[in-house]
Amino acid sequence: MTLSPSLVAFRFGYGLPLAAGAPQTAEAMLAALAGPDTMAARFPVPSYDWVHERASDIARNKMAAKTDPTLQTRLEGVHAELKEAGMAALGASVARCVAAPDMFRERLVAFWADHFTVSAGGQDDAIFPYAFVEDAIRPHVAGHFGDMLSAVVHHPAMLRYLDQTRSVGPNSRKAKRRGGGLNENLARELMELHTLGVGASYSQADVRQLAELLTGLTYDARRGYAFDPALAEPGPETVLGKTYDGKDEAPIRAFLQDLARRPETGQHLARKLAVHFVSDDPDPAMVTAMAAAWQAADGALLPMYQAMLTHPAAHAAPAAKARQPWDFLMAALRGLGVKGEDVIAWKRDRLTAVVLQPLRAMGQNWKSPPGPDGWPEALETWITPQGLAERIGWAMRWPAELVSPLPEPKAFAEAVLGDRASPALLWAVVRAENRAEGVGIVLSSPEFNRR
Amino acid sequence: MIDRRNLLRGLGLLGCSAAAHPFLTSVTFAASDGAATLGENRLVVIILRGAMDGLDVVRPVGDPLLAPYRPTLSQVESLDLDGYFGLNPALAGLHPLWQAGELAFVHATSTPYRNKRSHFDGQDLLEAGTGPDLPIDQVRDGWLNRILQAVPGLRAETAFAVGRQDMRILRGPAPVMEWAPDTSVSLSPQAQLLLEQVYHDDPLFLAAAAEAMALSEVEDMDDAMMDPAKAGKGRKDDAAERVADYAAERLRGDTRIAAFSLTGWDTHKGQGKNLGRALGRLERTILRLRHKLGAEVWGKTTVLAMTEFGRTVAENGTGGTDHGTAGAMVVAGGAIRGGKVYGQWPGLAEADLFERRDLMPTSDVRAWAAHAMRGLYGFDRTLLQDKVFPGLQMGDDPGLIL
Repeated sequence: MTLSPSLVAFRFGYGLPLAAGAPQTAEAMLAALAGPDTMAARFPVPSYDWVHERASDIARNKMAAKTDPTLQTRLEGVHAELKEAGMAALGASVARCVAAPDMFRERLVAFWADHFTVSAGGQDDAIFPYAFVEDAIRPHVAGHFGDMLSAVVHHPAMLRYLDQTRSVGPNSRKAKRRGGGLNENLARELMELHTLGVGASYSQADVRQLAELLTGLTYDARRGYAFDPALAEPGPETVLGKTYDGKDEAPIRAFLQDLARRPETGQHLARKLAVHFVSDDPDPAMVTAMAAAWQAADGALLPMYQAMLTHPAAHAAPAAKARQPWDFLMAALRGLGVKGEDVIAWKRDRLTAVVLQPLRAMGQNWKSPPGPDGWPEALETWITPQGLAERIGWAMRWPAELVSPLPEPKAFAEAVLGDRASPALLWAVVRAENRAEGVGIVLSSPEFNRR
Repeated sequence: MIDRRNLLRGLGLLGCSAAAHPFLTSVTFAASDGAATLGENRLVVIILRGAMDGLDVVRPVGDPLLAPYRPTLSQVESLDLDGYFGLNPALAGLHPLWQAGELAFVHATSTPYRNKRSHFDGQDLLEAGTGPDLPIDQVRDGWLNRILQAVPGLRAETAFAVGRQDMRILRGPAPVMEWAPDTSVSLSPQAQLLLEQVYHDDPLFLAAAAEAMALSEVEDMDDAMMDPAKAGKGRKDDAAERVADYAAERLRGDTRIAAFSLTGWDTHKGQGKNLGRALGRLERTILRLRHKLGAEVWGKTTVLAMTEFGRTVAENGTGGTDHGTAGAMVVAGGAIRGGKVYGQWPGLAEADLFERRDLMPTSDVRAWAAHAMRGLYGFDRTLLQDKVFPGLQMGDDPGLIL
């Protein structure tokens, strides 16, 4: 089934124009997803292993550095390296979005990264959420949800973000020796946000038992990820009606496999995908078809995407969603013809001024969403007086600083909007006083900001 | 020359499009046309989002069971309230109000929400809602909203505080405001004219842009009037005081009911510090309201600060508490019978706890709000039980209002 270029670009991508050879049918989009992740290789982002070498170096040596100026200087260099890596990873993420022929993959990565929200702490930590996406999300976007879930739950960034690093089994060896107790945060969000959804039938007792089951999973900067039996609550736990027992991580992995396969999880994920990609109030038939495809494929994600891409409701609905600030910026850079390599070459203050600061001003403080439920979806939360003013401000200022010469506004409107450009917009852009304002009006238009 | 306010007015687009924005605190105001309906009493409702730990705010220090549940919390000395309960020292600034009979608490109270302990669901039950001045799809249902629908002669509006880094309410000619100080829209007149054409058929964009431009003008005026020495750096927490200032100014006028929220109560770890910070904001909000309202209006004012649920009786392993059930409500004002901890105390023995882990609710938090509104405005019991809080059994008047 061939989809219109503007549908592929707006609803499932980062905007027009499509790259040469970009997939344009549902089959081609899915085949591209199943193929190699070329953007990850072209614009690399470090994994947690890389971060760990440096974070553990600092953790092991910071006491000694207090009395050793040479060591202190070396550690300051490592701090700087971590901080720089956070900015470099932002640059690589932008580069992937503007350069990818297979934009659906990048949109899916963003979707799942938001579904499994983690946020950074201090500047040393800025790289953490990016390493998390690289390790736990990206490799699994075209695979099985259960594999992604398992990678997420074992990743230091998630263990830290949802306080699992502090949770101690009440009857564990550590609690008996040095005190400590449970923290339910990861257990609760794992069911409420990540899998079953708040409407599903689980109880407080399930949350509590799951919190006990998860004890032992931990992380600290010195040793990195670990399963520490000294933290684990002894004995079996019963969660969602099934009892899990065994040595070390085995019962946790068994539980996650079960959780990932539950029908409520499929329903929750299908609806969330449909809301994100298609409509704040998606067609229930499409959601049902997506959940059924997922269930029939035992939790594989490609069939669920396929059910969405091929459903008539995914093609018919009007552009009733907002491009979130990140999507707006990626589409603008892409439309202006900024290349991935250009972004990588930007100095850090340019990346901050063009991307990071505007994201915050538009209401999307990057990698610091307000809570573990991630960014809101509704159109009205993004198209506010404040948010739109920031978009207009960006649209009027930055294109002229980023590309020279600026495109002719009418041609630009047709290139970035395709069949979505309204007669009123085309009437207006040719009447702008100069090219910069003409291009700015295109990027400020409802057509460009809706998807 | 284009008059943007005329454009705004002409299209009747006075709504704000940000009802559900996570960074915004909305403030909803209600007043009556002609003083008759609501009279002179004022009600301020503060929703404490994130689940305040009632047991650490109004501590049952007289119960020997408390300390074993909470080995590291509650270590700083409490201020005595009534010999049994002690006040968290972070609210020390409110202790004089307690002595003056202008501060009370309700303990072991909760919404009817049980078992799931999700913030998002819990807050829905407590939601005050927004005024009907917003476009219909952005009006959030809530008890205040339902009063507005049920009582003739009431009018309401919603204002928005921006909480990016520092939250701010901005006053100006537009009735609905949402702005951050460093945003400005400076466009050539031609670009403005063209954008208005481009937005013409999209009401959401048209309204947002029109407000942005109108507010941008107000911002310019504010900047011009502001003392340059004071510009820029303010304490982050001034936000809470600014909301209080804004609410107080309105309450001194026609407004009789104001509702807004304070965040930062979800203390899973480091509760000592984090709860102290949130209580500090609440304390400053109440003291600021009292100061700005002045003795006469404060004497007719009731402040109800309520939260979606309480927290676990036992401290967790990380110096905090997890989501629980019953909690406490903070009541202040010159119109209340203060100096008392209201509510039936259920005790802390394990068998007395809800699901053997949470403080047992002995009252419905909505009943206190309903009795307060009945006491202040004489609203009919049927109206309160059927329309405003459907399904609520108000029970006997606890005598909270003087």
